[in-house]
Amino acid sequence: MKALELEEISVYYGPVRGVENVTLDVEEGEIVALLGANGAGKSTLLKAISGIIHQKQGIIKFFGEDFHRMSPHRRVVGGLVHVPEGRRIFTALTIGENLELGAYGTKTGRVERSERLSEVLAMFPFLKEHFKRLAGTLSGGEQQVLAIARAMMSNPKVLMIDEPSLGLDPQKIDIVYDLLQEVAAIGTTVLLVEQNVKLALEIAARAYVLQQGSVVLSGVSSSLINDPRLSDAYLGKAADGDH
Amino acid sequence: MSLLLNELGNGIFLGAFFGLIALGYSMVYGILRLINFAHGDFFMVAAFVSYTVLGAVMVGHSHTHWFTVVWVGLLVMVLTGGLATLANQLVYRPMRRAAILSMMIAAIGLSQVLENGVLVTPGWGATYLVYPVTTPPSGFYVGSNHFTWGQLIIVVISGLLGLGVYLLVGRTLLGKAMRAVSEDQTAAVLMGINVDLVIAIVFFIGGALAGAAAVMTGVYYGQINYLMGFTVGLEAFTAAVLGGIGNIGGAVIGGLILGIVQSIGTGLFGAEWAIVVAFAALVLMLWFRPTGILGERVARRM
Ligand SMILES: Nc1ncnc2c1ncn2[C@@H]1O[C@H](COP(=O)(O)OP(=O)(O)O)[C@@H](O)[C@H]1O
Ligand SMILES: [Mg+2]
Repeated sequence: MKALELEEISVYYGPVRGVENVTLDVEEGEIVALLGANGAGKSTLLKAISGIIHQKQGIIKFFGEDFHRMSPHRRVVGGLVHVPEGRRIFTALTIGENLELGAYGTKTGRVERSERLSEVLAMFPFLKEHFKRLAGTLSGGEQQVLAIARAMMSNPKVLMIDEPSLGLDPQKIDIVYDLLQEVAAIGTTVLLVEQNVKLALEIAARAYVLQQGSVVLSGVSSSLINDPRLSDAYLGKAADGDH
Repeated sequence: MSLLLNELGNGIFLGAFFGLIALGYSMVYGILRLINFAHGDFFMVAAFVSYTVLGAVMVGHSHTHWFTVVWVGLLVMVLTGGLATLANQLVYRPMRRAAILSMMIAAIGLSQVLENGVLVTPGWGATYLVYPVTTPPSGFYVGSNHFTWGQLIIVVISGLLGLGVYLLVGRTLLGKAMRAVSEDQTAAVLMGINVDLVIAIVFFIGGALAGAAAVMTGVYYGQINYLMGFTVGLEAFTAAVLGGIGNIGGAVIGGLILGIVQSIGTGLFGAEWAIVVAFAALVLMLWFRPTGILGERVARRM
Protein backbone atom coordinates (compact mmCIF):
# COMPACT_ATOMS: atom_id res chain seq x y z
CA MET A 1 0.00 0.00 0.00
CA LYS A 2 1.20 3.50 -0.77
CA ALA A 3 1.55 5.64 2.34
CA LEU A 4 2.00 8.87 0.39
CA GLU A 5 1.26 9.75 -3.20
CA LEU A 6 1.97 13.18 -4.61
CA GLU A 7 0.73 14.03 -8.07
CA GLU A 8 2.00 17.14 -9.79
CA ILE A 9 2.31 19.29 -6.72
CA SER A 10 3.14 22.96 -7.25
CA VAL A 11 3.64 25.55 -4.54
CA TYR A 12 4.42 29.21 -5.02
CA TYR A 13 5.39 31.95 -2.59
CA GLY A 14 3.79 34.82 -4.41
CA PRO A 15 5.75 34.87 -7.67
CA VAL A 16 8.56 32.70 -6.25
CA ARG A 17 8.49 29.04 -7.18
CA GLY A 18 8.77 26.68 -4.23
CA VAL A 19 8.19 23.40 -6.08
CA GLU A 20 6.66 22.67 -9.46
CA ASN A 21 4.93 19.53 -10.76
CA VAL A 22 6.43 17.18 -8.22
CA THR A 23 5.19 13.60 -8.43
CA LEU A 24 6.43 11.03 -5.98
CA ASP A 25 5.27 8.18 -3.81
CA VAL A 26 6.32 6.46 -0.62
CA GLU A 27 5.48 2.83 0.06
CA GLU A 28 4.26 1.87 3.51
CA GLY A 29 7.18 0.91 5.76
CA GLU A 30 9.78 2.42 3.46
CA ILE A 31 12.45 5.01 4.21
CA VAL A 32 12.54 7.43 1.29
CA ALA A 33 14.98 10.32 1.05
CA LEU A 34 14.30 13.67 -0.53
CA LEU A 35 17.60 15.21 -1.57
CA GLY A 36 18.68 18.45 -3.09
CA ALA A 37 20.78 21.55 -2.64
CA ASN A 38 19.79 24.45 -0.45
CA GLY A 39 16.71 26.12 -1.92
CA ALA A 40 15.73 23.12 -4.04
CA GLY A 41 12.25 22.96 -2.50
CA LYS A 42 12.59 20.10 -0.03
CA SER A 43 11.13 21.94 2.96
CA THR A 44 8.42 23.43 0.80
CA LEU A 45 7.31 19.97 -0.23
CA LEU A 46 7.13 18.72 3.36
CA LYS A 47 5.16 21.81 4.36
CA ALA A 48 2.70 21.21 1.58
CA ILE A 49 2.25 17.59 2.67
CA SER A 50 1.67 18.53 6.31
CA GLY A 51 -0.56 21.37 5.14
CA ILE A 52 1.12 24.34 6.81
CA ILE A 53 1.40 25.95 3.39
CA HIS A 54 -1.11 25.59 0.59
CA GLN A 55 -0.32 23.91 -2.65
CA LYS A 56 -1.33 25.76 -5.78
CA GLN A 57 -2.17 22.58 -7.61
CA GLY A 58 -1.81 18.83 -7.39
CA ILE A 59 -3.09 15.94 -5.34
CA ILE A 60 -1.73 14.61 -2.06
CA LYS A 61 -2.98 11.20 -1.01
CA PHE A 62 -2.33 9.66 2.40
CA PHE A 63 -3.04 5.91 2.34
CA GLY A 64 -5.25 6.51 -0.66
CA GLU A 65 -7.21 9.30 0.97
CA ASP A 66 -7.16 12.79 -0.56
CA PHE A 67 -5.75 15.25 1.98
CA HIS A 68 -6.53 18.26 -0.10
CA ARG A 69 -9.09 19.98 2.09
CA MET A 70 -8.02 18.65 5.45
CA SER A 71 -6.66 21.24 7.88
CA PRO A 72 -3.10 20.59 9.03
CA HIS A 73 -3.91 19.66 12.63
CA ARG A 74 -6.34 17.01 11.38
CA ARG A 75 -3.62 15.46 9.24
CA VAL A 76 -1.66 14.84 12.43
CA VAL A 77 -4.66 13.08 13.93
CA GLY A 78 -4.73 10.95 10.79
CA GLY A 79 -1.20 9.71 11.46
CA LEU A 80 1.05 12.04 9.48
CA VAL A 81 3.67 13.87 11.52
CA HIS A 82 6.21 16.45 10.38
CA VAL A 83 9.38 17.28 12.30
CA PRO A 84 10.26 20.67 10.84
CA GLU A 85 13.61 22.12 9.92
CA GLY A 86 15.31 23.57 12.99
CA ARG A 87 13.42 21.12 15.25
CA ARG A 88 11.06 23.79 16.63
CA ILE A 89 10.70 22.30 20.07
CA PHE A 90 8.91 24.42 22.68
CA THR A 91 11.84 25.90 24.56
CA ALA A 92 9.78 27.43 27.37
CA LEU A 93 8.15 24.08 28.16
CA THR A 94 9.71 21.11 29.88
CA ILE A 95 10.78 17.98 28.03
CA GLY A 96 7.82 16.17 29.53
CA GLU A 97 5.40 18.86 28.39
CA ASN A 98 6.86 18.79 24.88
CA LEU A 99 6.28 15.04 24.78
CA GLU A 100 2.74 15.30 26.09
CA LEU A 101 1.93 17.82 23.38
CA GLY A 102 3.21 15.37 20.81
CA ALA A 103 0.18 13.23 21.61
CA TYR A 104 -2.22 16.19 21.62
CA GLY A 105 -3.64 15.48 18.20
CA THR A 106 -4.42 11.85 18.91
CA LYS A 107 -7.39 12.83 21.09
CA THR A 108 -6.74 9.85 23.32
CA GLY A 109 -7.55 9.72 27.00
CA ARG A 110 -5.21 10.42 29.87
CA VAL A 111 -4.47 6.74 30.46
CA GLU A 112 -3.59 5.98 26.87
CA ARG A 113 -1.45 9.09 26.69
CA SER A 114 0.57 8.10 29.72
CA GLU A 115 0.97 4.56 28.36
CA ARG A 116 2.26 6.01 25.12
CA LEU A 117 4.57 8.25 27.11
CA SER A 118 6.12 5.25 28.89
CA GLU A 119 6.62 3.48 25.57
CA VAL A 120 8.34 6.49 24.03
CA LEU A 121 10.46 7.12 27.11
CA ALA A 122 11.61 3.51 26.94
CA MET A 123 12.85 4.25 23.43
CA PHE A 124 14.50 7.50 24.55
CA PRO A 125 15.99 6.92 28.02
CA PHE A 126 17.88 10.21 27.95
CA LEU A 127 14.62 12.13 27.92
CA LYS A 128 13.31 10.15 30.85
CA GLU A 129 16.25 11.28 32.98
CA HIS A 130 15.63 14.93 32.11
CA PHE A 131 11.86 14.86 32.08
CA LYS A 132 11.35 18.08 34.05
CA ARG A 133 14.11 20.11 32.45
CA LEU A 134 13.22 23.09 30.25
CA ALA A 135 13.60 21.99 26.65
CA GLY A 136 15.40 25.24 25.79
CA THR A 137 18.35 24.14 27.89
CA LEU A 138 19.05 21.10 25.69
CA SER A 139 21.89 21.02 23.16
CA GLY A 140 21.13 20.91 19.44
CA GLY A 141 21.49 17.14 19.22
CA GLU A 142 19.37 16.60 22.29
CA GLN A 143 16.72 18.90 20.87
CA GLN A 144 16.65 16.85 17.68
CA VAL A 145 16.19 13.68 19.72
CA LEU A 146 13.36 15.37 21.62
CA ALA A 147 11.75 16.50 18.36
CA ILE A 148 11.75 12.91 17.08
CA ALA A 149 10.45 11.54 20.37
CA ARG A 150 7.73 14.18 20.44
CA ALA A 151 6.69 13.20 16.94
CA MET A 152 6.59 9.53 17.95
CA MET A 153 4.17 10.37 20.76
CA SER A 154 1.35 10.51 18.23
CA ASN A 155 2.17 6.97 17.11
CA PRO A 156 2.40 8.13 13.50
CA LYS A 157 2.04 6.03 10.40
CA VAL A 158 4.33 8.38 8.50
CA LEU A 159 7.14 10.50 9.92
CA MET A 160 8.51 13.33 7.78
CA ILE A 161 11.71 14.85 9.05
CA ASP A 162 13.53 17.88 7.67
CA GLU A 163 17.33 17.95 7.80
CA PRO A 164 17.83 16.17 11.13
CA SER A 165 21.62 16.36 10.77
CA LEU A 166 21.69 20.14 10.37
CA GLY A 167 24.16 21.77 12.76
CA LEU A 168 25.07 18.55 14.57
CA ASP A 169 28.54 17.08 15.01
CA PRO A 170 29.15 13.61 13.51
CA GLN A 171 28.70 11.76 16.78
CA LYS A 172 25.28 13.32 17.38
CA ILE A 173 24.32 12.68 13.78
CA ASP A 174 25.00 8.98 14.35
CA ILE A 175 22.73 8.95 17.37
CA VAL A 176 19.94 10.68 15.48
CA TYR A 177 20.26 8.38 12.47
CA ASP A 178 20.28 5.29 14.66
CA LEU A 179 17.05 6.56 16.16
CA LEU A 180 15.51 7.08 12.76
CA GLN A 181 16.34 3.49 11.86
CA GLU A 182 14.74 2.32 15.08
CA VAL A 183 11.65 4.34 14.25
CA ALA A 184 11.52 2.72 10.83
CA ALA A 185 12.15 -0.72 12.31
CA ILE A 186 8.92 -0.56 14.27
CA GLY A 187 7.03 -0.06 11.03
CA THR A 188 6.92 3.72 10.70
CA THR A 189 7.19 5.02 7.15
CA VAL A 190 9.85 7.72 6.93
CA LEU A 191 10.23 10.56 4.45
CA LEU A 192 13.65 11.99 5.14
CA VAL A 193 14.82 15.36 3.83
CA GLU A 194 18.57 15.81 3.72
CA GLN A 195 21.26 17.86 2.08
CA ASN A 196 23.83 15.31 3.24
CA VAL A 197 23.46 12.76 0.44
CA LYS A 198 25.75 10.06 1.76
CA LEU A 199 24.09 10.00 5.14
CA ALA A 200 20.58 9.79 3.75
CA LEU A 201 21.31 7.13 1.14
CA GLU A 202 22.79 4.90 3.83
CA ILE A 203 19.43 4.41 5.47
CA ALA A 204 16.97 5.14 2.67
CA ALA A 205 15.78 2.48 0.24
CA ARG A 206 14.98 5.02 -2.44
CA ALA A 207 15.48 8.70 -3.05
CA TYR A 208 14.15 11.60 -5.08
CA VAL A 209 16.46 14.45 -6.01
CA LEU A 210 15.04 17.92 -6.32
CA GLN A 211 16.61 20.75 -8.24
CA GLN A 212 15.07 24.18 -8.43
CA GLY A 213 11.69 22.87 -7.41
CA SER A 214 11.47 19.85 -9.68
CA VAL A 215 12.39 16.18 -9.42
CA VAL A 216 15.41 15.65 -11.66
CA LEU A 217 16.39 12.18 -10.55
CA SER A 218 14.98 9.28 -8.60
CA GLY A 219 15.71 5.64 -7.93
CA VAL A 220 16.98 3.10 -5.42
CA SER A 221 19.79 4.29 -3.18
CA SER A 222 22.36 1.76 -4.31
CA SER A 223 22.17 2.92 -7.91
CA LEU A 224 21.89 6.61 -7.10
CA ILE A 225 24.97 6.72 -4.94
CA ASN A 226 27.27 6.24 -7.96
CA ASP A 227 25.18 8.22 -10.39
CA PRO A 228 27.11 11.26 -11.71
CA ARG A 229 23.83 13.09 -12.26
CA LEU A 230 23.42 13.21 -8.47
CA SER A 231 26.38 15.50 -7.93
CA ASP A 232 25.33 17.46 -11.01
CA ALA A 233 22.05 18.22 -9.29
CA TYR A 234 23.94 19.83 -6.45
CA LEU A 235 26.57 21.55 -8.58
CA GLY A 236 23.96 22.68 -11.08
CA LYS A 237 22.26 24.66 -8.36
CA ALA A 238 25.57 26.17 -7.30
CA ALA A 239 26.47 27.17 -10.87
CA ASP A 240 23.00 28.61 -11.24
CA GLY A 241 23.69 30.85 -8.27
CA ASP A 242 26.56 32.51 -10.12
CA HIS A 243 24.54 34.67 -12.45
CA MET B 1 0.82 51.88 61.06
CA SER B 2 -2.91 51.48 61.16
CA LEU B 3 -3.24 53.83 58.21
CA LEU B 4 -0.74 51.76 56.28
CA LEU B 5 -2.66 48.59 57.11
CA ASN B 6 -5.79 50.23 55.81
CA GLU B 7 -4.11 51.23 52.53
CA LEU B 8 -2.65 47.76 52.23
CA GLY B 9 -6.05 46.14 52.68
CA ASN B 10 -7.66 48.47 50.15
CA GLY B 11 -4.71 47.99 47.83
CA ILE B 12 -5.12 44.22 47.83
CA PHE B 13 -8.82 44.68 47.22
CA LEU B 14 -8.21 47.02 44.30
CA GLY B 15 -5.41 44.78 43.09
CA ALA B 16 -7.79 41.84 42.88
CA PHE B 17 -9.85 43.72 40.27
CA PHE B 18 -6.79 44.86 38.37
CA GLY B 19 -5.39 41.34 38.43
CA LEU B 20 -8.55 39.74 37.04
CA ILE B 21 -8.72 42.16 34.14
CA ALA B 22 -4.95 42.14 33.65
CA LEU B 23 -5.13 38.37 33.15
CA GLY B 24 -7.24 38.90 30.04
CA TYR B 25 -4.78 41.41 28.59
CA SER B 26 -1.86 39.22 29.44
CA MET B 27 -3.23 35.95 28.10
CA VAL B 28 -4.24 37.47 24.78
CA TYR B 29 -0.91 39.23 24.53
CA GLY B 30 0.87 36.00 25.35
CA ILE B 31 -0.80 34.10 22.56
CA LEU B 32 -1.12 36.75 19.82
CA ARG B 33 1.34 39.52 20.86
CA LEU B 34 -1.71 41.74 20.62
CA ILE B 35 -2.57 44.43 23.13
CA ASN B 36 -6.32 44.07 23.04
CA PHE B 37 -7.42 47.63 23.78
CA ALA B 38 -11.04 46.51 23.66
CA HIS B 39 -10.59 44.27 26.70
CA GLY B 40 -11.58 47.00 29.18
CA ASP B 41 -14.77 47.44 27.18
CA PHE B 42 -15.66 43.76 27.48
CA PHE B 43 -15.60 44.50 31.21
CA MET B 44 -17.79 47.58 30.72
CA VAL B 45 -20.34 45.77 28.53
CA ALA B 46 -20.45 42.99 31.14
CA ALA B 47 -21.30 45.55 33.80
CA PHE B 48 -24.24 46.81 31.73
CA VAL B 49 -25.49 43.35 30.82
CA SER B 50 -25.35 42.25 34.46
CA TYR B 51 -27.10 45.49 35.44
CA THR B 52 -30.01 44.64 33.17
CA VAL B 53 -30.18 40.93 34.04
CA LEU B 54 -29.94 41.58 37.78
CA GLY B 55 -32.50 44.36 37.55
CA ALA B 56 -34.91 41.98 35.82
CA VAL B 57 -34.52 39.08 38.24
CA MET B 58 -34.60 41.32 41.30
CA VAL B 59 -37.99 42.80 40.45
CA GLY B 60 -40.43 42.24 43.31
CA HIS B 61 -37.71 41.21 45.76
CA SER B 62 -37.24 43.54 48.70
CA HIS B 63 -33.91 42.14 49.76
CA THR B 64 -30.93 40.72 47.92
CA HIS B 65 -30.69 37.01 47.20
CA TRP B 66 -26.98 36.42 46.96
CA PHE B 67 -27.57 33.04 45.37
CA THR B 68 -29.21 34.88 42.47
CA VAL B 69 -26.27 37.25 42.21
CA VAL B 70 -23.92 34.28 41.98
CA TRP B 71 -25.75 32.62 39.12
CA VAL B 72 -26.20 35.90 37.30
CA GLY B 73 -22.46 36.39 37.79
CA LEU B 74 -21.78 33.00 36.22
CA LEU B 75 -24.14 33.75 33.36
CA VAL B 76 -22.44 37.08 32.72
CA MET B 77 -19.04 35.37 32.78
CA VAL B 78 -20.21 33.04 30.02
CA LEU B 79 -21.77 35.89 28.03
CA THR B 80 -18.68 38.09 28.31
CA GLY B 81 -16.48 35.16 27.38
CA GLY B 82 -18.73 34.70 24.38
CA LEU B 83 -18.47 38.38 23.49
CA ALA B 84 -14.67 38.26 23.62
CA THR B 85 -14.61 35.10 21.52
CA LEU B 86 -16.99 36.61 19.00
CA ALA B 87 -14.82 39.74 18.81
CA ASN B 88 -11.84 37.50 18.11
CA GLN B 89 -13.64 35.57 15.39
CA LEU B 90 -15.04 38.64 13.68
CA VAL B 91 -12.25 41.17 14.10
CA TYR B 92 -8.91 39.62 14.99
CA ARG B 93 -8.99 36.23 13.32
CA PRO B 94 -9.41 37.58 9.79
CA MET B 95 -6.39 39.80 10.55
CA ARG B 96 -4.11 37.00 11.74
CA ARG B 97 -1.61 37.67 8.97
CA ALA B 98 -1.83 41.44 9.20
CA ALA B 99 0.76 43.61 10.94
CA ILE B 100 0.32 43.74 14.69
CA LEU B 101 -0.13 47.52 14.52
CA SER B 102 -3.16 47.06 12.25
CA MET B 103 -4.64 44.67 14.78
CA MET B 104 -4.13 47.20 17.57
CA ILE B 105 -5.87 49.87 15.53
CA ALA B 106 -8.71 47.42 14.98
CA ALA B 107 -8.79 46.87 18.75
CA ILE B 108 -9.19 50.61 19.33
CA GLY B 109 -11.95 50.63 16.73
CA LEU B 110 -13.70 47.75 18.46
CA SER B 111 -13.40 49.59 21.76
CA GLN B 112 -15.16 52.60 20.20
CA VAL B 113 -17.89 50.38 18.76
CA LEU B 114 -18.58 48.83 22.16
CA GLU B 115 -18.59 52.13 24.03
CA ASN B 116 -20.83 53.84 21.53
CA GLY B 117 -23.01 50.76 21.26
CA VAL B 118 -23.71 50.99 24.98
CA LEU B 119 -24.16 54.75 24.69
CA VAL B 120 -26.99 54.44 22.15
CA THR B 121 -28.68 51.40 23.70
CA PRO B 122 -32.06 52.36 25.20
CA GLY B 123 -31.97 52.06 28.97
CA TRP B 124 -28.18 52.28 29.15
CA GLY B 125 -26.76 55.55 27.73
CA ALA B 126 -24.35 58.14 29.08
CA THR B 127 -25.49 58.68 32.64
CA TYR B 128 -24.22 56.85 35.68
CA LEU B 129 -26.56 53.96 36.43
CA VAL B 130 -27.20 52.72 39.93
CA TYR B 131 -26.39 49.02 40.17
CA PRO B 132 -29.38 46.97 41.39
CA VAL B 133 -27.41 45.18 44.11
CA THR B 134 -24.83 46.47 46.58
CA THR B 135 -22.80 44.81 49.29
CA PRO B 136 -23.90 45.58 52.84
CA PRO B 137 -21.60 47.74 55.00
CA SER B 138 -21.24 45.09 57.69
CA GLY B 139 -17.76 43.72 58.16
CA PHE B 140 -14.91 43.12 60.55
CA TYR B 141 -12.03 44.96 62.17
CA VAL B 142 -8.33 44.38 61.82
CA GLY B 143 -6.91 46.55 64.62
CA SER B 144 -8.87 49.74 64.19
CA ASN B 145 -9.39 49.25 60.46
CA HIS B 146 -12.79 48.30 59.18
CA PHE B 147 -13.12 46.02 56.13
CA THR B 148 -16.43 44.74 54.80
CA TRP B 149 -17.34 41.12 54.22
CA GLY B 150 -18.04 42.11 50.65
CA GLN B 151 -14.44 43.18 50.20
CA LEU B 152 -13.18 39.95 51.67
CA ILE B 153 -15.43 37.81 49.49
CA ILE B 154 -14.42 39.71 46.37
CA VAL B 155 -10.74 39.19 47.15
CA VAL B 156 -11.36 35.48 47.80
CA ILE B 157 -13.35 35.00 44.58
CA SER B 158 -10.71 36.84 42.57
CA GLY B 159 -8.00 34.76 44.18
CA LEU B 160 -9.81 31.53 43.34
CA LEU B 161 -10.37 32.59 39.73
CA GLY B 162 -6.71 33.57 39.41
CA LEU B 163 -5.64 30.27 40.91
CA GLY B 164 -7.95 28.42 38.53
CA VAL B 165 -6.37 30.09 35.51
CA TYR B 166 -2.91 29.45 36.90
CA LEU B 167 -3.62 25.74 37.29
CA LEU B 168 -5.32 25.54 33.92
CA VAL B 169 -2.38 27.08 32.11
CA GLY B 170 0.28 25.36 34.17
CA ARG B 171 -1.09 21.87 34.62
CA THR B 172 -3.64 20.86 32.02
CA LEU B 173 -3.01 19.63 28.50
CA LEU B 174 -5.03 22.58 27.19
CA GLY B 175 -2.82 24.95 29.17
CA LYS B 176 0.27 23.36 27.71
CA ALA B 177 -1.24 23.77 24.26
CA MET B 178 -1.81 27.46 25.05
CA ARG B 179 1.83 27.91 25.96
CA ALA B 180 2.87 25.99 22.86
CA VAL B 181 0.76 28.24 20.62
CA SER B 182 2.22 31.23 22.42
CA GLU B 183 5.75 30.15 21.58
CA ASP B 184 5.39 28.80 18.04
CA GLN B 185 2.07 28.56 16.22
CA THR B 186 3.38 26.50 13.31
CA ALA B 187 5.03 23.96 15.57
CA ALA B 188 1.80 23.81 17.57
CA VAL B 189 -0.19 22.99 14.43
CA LEU B 190 2.30 20.21 13.72
CA MET B 191 1.40 18.71 17.10
CA GLY B 192 -2.18 18.44 15.93
CA ILE B 193 -3.25 21.44 18.00
CA ASN B 194 -6.19 23.37 16.60
CA VAL B 195 -4.57 26.77 17.01
CA ASP B 196 -7.68 28.78 16.17
CA LEU B 197 -9.66 26.92 18.80
CA VAL B 198 -6.97 27.46 21.44
CA ILE B 199 -6.88 31.18 20.66
CA ALA B 200 -10.68 31.32 20.88
CA ILE B 201 -10.57 29.64 24.29
CA VAL B 202 -8.01 32.15 25.53
CA PHE B 203 -10.31 35.00 24.50
CA PHE B 204 -13.19 33.24 26.21
CA ILE B 205 -11.32 32.88 29.50
CA GLY B 206 -10.11 36.50 29.42
CA GLY B 207 -13.64 37.69 28.74
CA ALA B 208 -15.14 35.52 31.47
CA LEU B 209 -12.71 36.93 34.03
CA ALA B 210 -13.58 40.47 32.94
CA GLY B 211 -17.24 39.51 33.34
CA ALA B 212 -16.67 38.38 36.91
CA ALA B 213 -14.76 41.57 37.67
CA ALA B 214 -17.60 43.63 36.19
CA VAL B 215 -20.29 42.09 38.41
CA MET B 216 -18.11 42.52 41.48
CA THR B 217 -17.35 46.13 40.53
CA GLY B 218 -21.05 46.86 40.14
CA VAL B 219 -21.92 45.19 43.40
CA TYR B 220 -19.16 46.93 45.30
CA TYR B 221 -19.05 50.44 43.84
CA GLY B 222 -22.79 50.57 43.17
CA GLN B 223 -22.67 52.48 39.92
CA ILE B 224 -21.60 51.91 36.33
CA ASN B 225 -20.84 54.09 33.34
CA TYR B 226 -20.09 53.46 29.68
CA LEU B 227 -16.58 54.90 30.05
CA MET B 228 -15.65 52.74 33.04
CA GLY B 229 -13.84 50.26 30.80
CA PHE B 230 -11.41 52.89 29.61
CA THR B 231 -9.92 53.78 32.99
CA VAL B 232 -9.98 50.30 34.41
CA GLY B 233 -8.62 48.93 31.16
CA LEU B 234 -5.72 51.35 31.32
CA GLU B 235 -4.99 50.43 34.91
CA ALA B 236 -5.25 46.70 34.28
CA PHE B 237 -3.03 47.03 31.23
CA THR B 238 -0.52 48.87 33.41
CA ALA B 239 -0.73 46.03 35.91
CA ALA B 240 -0.12 43.45 33.20
CA VAL B 241 2.96 45.30 31.97
CA LEU B 242 4.18 45.81 35.54
CA GLY B 243 4.02 42.10 36.19
CA GLY B 244 5.48 41.18 32.81
CA ILE B 245 2.89 40.97 30.08
CA GLY B 246 2.23 37.49 28.73
CA ASN B 247 2.84 35.95 32.13
CA ILE B 248 -0.07 34.63 34.21
CA GLY B 249 1.54 35.03 37.63
CA GLY B 250 2.84 38.42 36.53
CA ALA B 251 -0.67 39.72 35.84
CA VAL B 252 -1.78 38.85 39.36
CA ILE B 253 1.36 40.21 41.03
CA GLY B 254 1.26 43.34 38.85
CA GLY B 255 -2.39 43.83 39.81
CA LEU B 256 -1.64 43.57 43.51
CA ILE B 257 1.37 45.87 43.36
CA LEU B 258 -0.51 48.45 41.34
CA GLY B 259 -3.47 48.22 43.71
CA ILE B 260 -1.29 48.78 46.75
CA VAL B 261 0.78 51.56 45.16
CA GLN B 262 -2.35 53.30 43.95
CA SER B 263 -4.07 52.92 47.27
CA ILE B 264 -1.13 54.40 49.17
CA GLY B 265 -0.61 57.08 46.51
CA THR B 266 -4.20 58.26 46.54
CA GLY B 267 -4.10 58.17 50.36
CA LEU B 268 -1.23 60.64 50.19
CA PHE B 269 -2.19 62.82 47.22
CA GLY B 270 -5.95 62.36 46.80
CA ALA B 271 -8.12 60.19 44.56
CA GLU B 272 -7.76 62.38 41.48
CA TRP B 273 -4.11 61.30 41.30
CA ALA B 274 -4.92 57.59 40.90
CA ILE B 275 -3.99 57.28 37.22
CA VAL B 276 -0.93 59.48 37.63
CA VAL B 277 0.30 57.29 40.46
CA ALA B 278 -0.33 54.17 38.36
CA PHE B 279 1.69 55.45 35.42
CA ALA B 280 4.44 56.83 37.64
CA ALA B 281 4.77 53.35 39.15
CA LEU B 282 4.89 51.84 35.67
CA VAL B 283 7.53 54.24 34.38
CA LEU B 284 9.66 53.72 37.48
CA MET B 285 9.33 49.98 37.27
CA LEU B 286 10.16 49.78 33.58
CA TRP B 287 13.16 51.99 34.22
CA PHE B 288 14.70 49.34 36.43
CA ARG B 289 13.22 46.24 34.81
CA PRO B 290 12.09 46.79 31.24
CA THR B 291 10.51 43.36 31.02
CA GLY B 292 8.28 43.78 34.05
CA ILE B 293 8.56 41.64 37.15
CA LEU B 294 8.15 38.18 35.63
CA GLY B 295 8.45 39.09 31.98
CA GLU B 296 11.77 37.55 30.99
CA ARG B 297 10.55 34.89 28.63
CA VAL B 298 8.41 37.14 26.52
CA ALA B 299 11.12 39.74 26.29
CA ARG B 300 13.59 37.14 25.15
CA ARG B 301 11.28 36.15 22.33
CA MET B 302 10.60 39.64 21.12
N1 LIG C 1 8.55 31.88 3.03
C1 LIG C 1 9.07 31.98 1.79
N2 LIG C 1 8.84 33.07 1.05
C2 LIG C 1 9.35 33.18 -0.20
N3 LIG C 1 10.09 32.26 -0.78
C3 LIG C 1 10.37 31.13 -0.10
C4 LIG C 1 9.87 30.94 1.24
N4 LIG C 1 10.30 29.74 1.68
C5 LIG C 1 11.03 29.21 0.67
N5 LIG C 1 11.07 30.04 -0.38
C6 LIG C 1 11.75 29.78 -1.66
O1 LIG C 1 11.30 28.55 -2.17
C7 LIG C 1 12.37 27.80 -2.72
C8 LIG C 1 12.48 26.47 -2.01
O2 LIG C 1 12.83 26.67 -0.66
P1 LIG C 1 12.89 25.52 0.41
O3 LIG C 1 11.73 24.64 0.24
O4 LIG C 1 13.09 26.12 1.74
O5 LIG C 1 14.21 24.76 -0.04
P2 LIG C 1 15.07 23.67 0.72
O6 LIG C 1 14.33 23.22 1.92
O7 LIG C 1 15.26 22.59 -0.30
O8 LIG C 1 16.36 24.33 1.07
C9 LIG C 1 13.62 28.66 -2.57
O9 LIG C 1 13.82 29.36 -3.76
C10 LIG C 1 13.25 29.63 -1.48
O10 LIG C 1 13.92 30.85 -1.64
MG1 LIG D 1 14.89 23.33 3.88
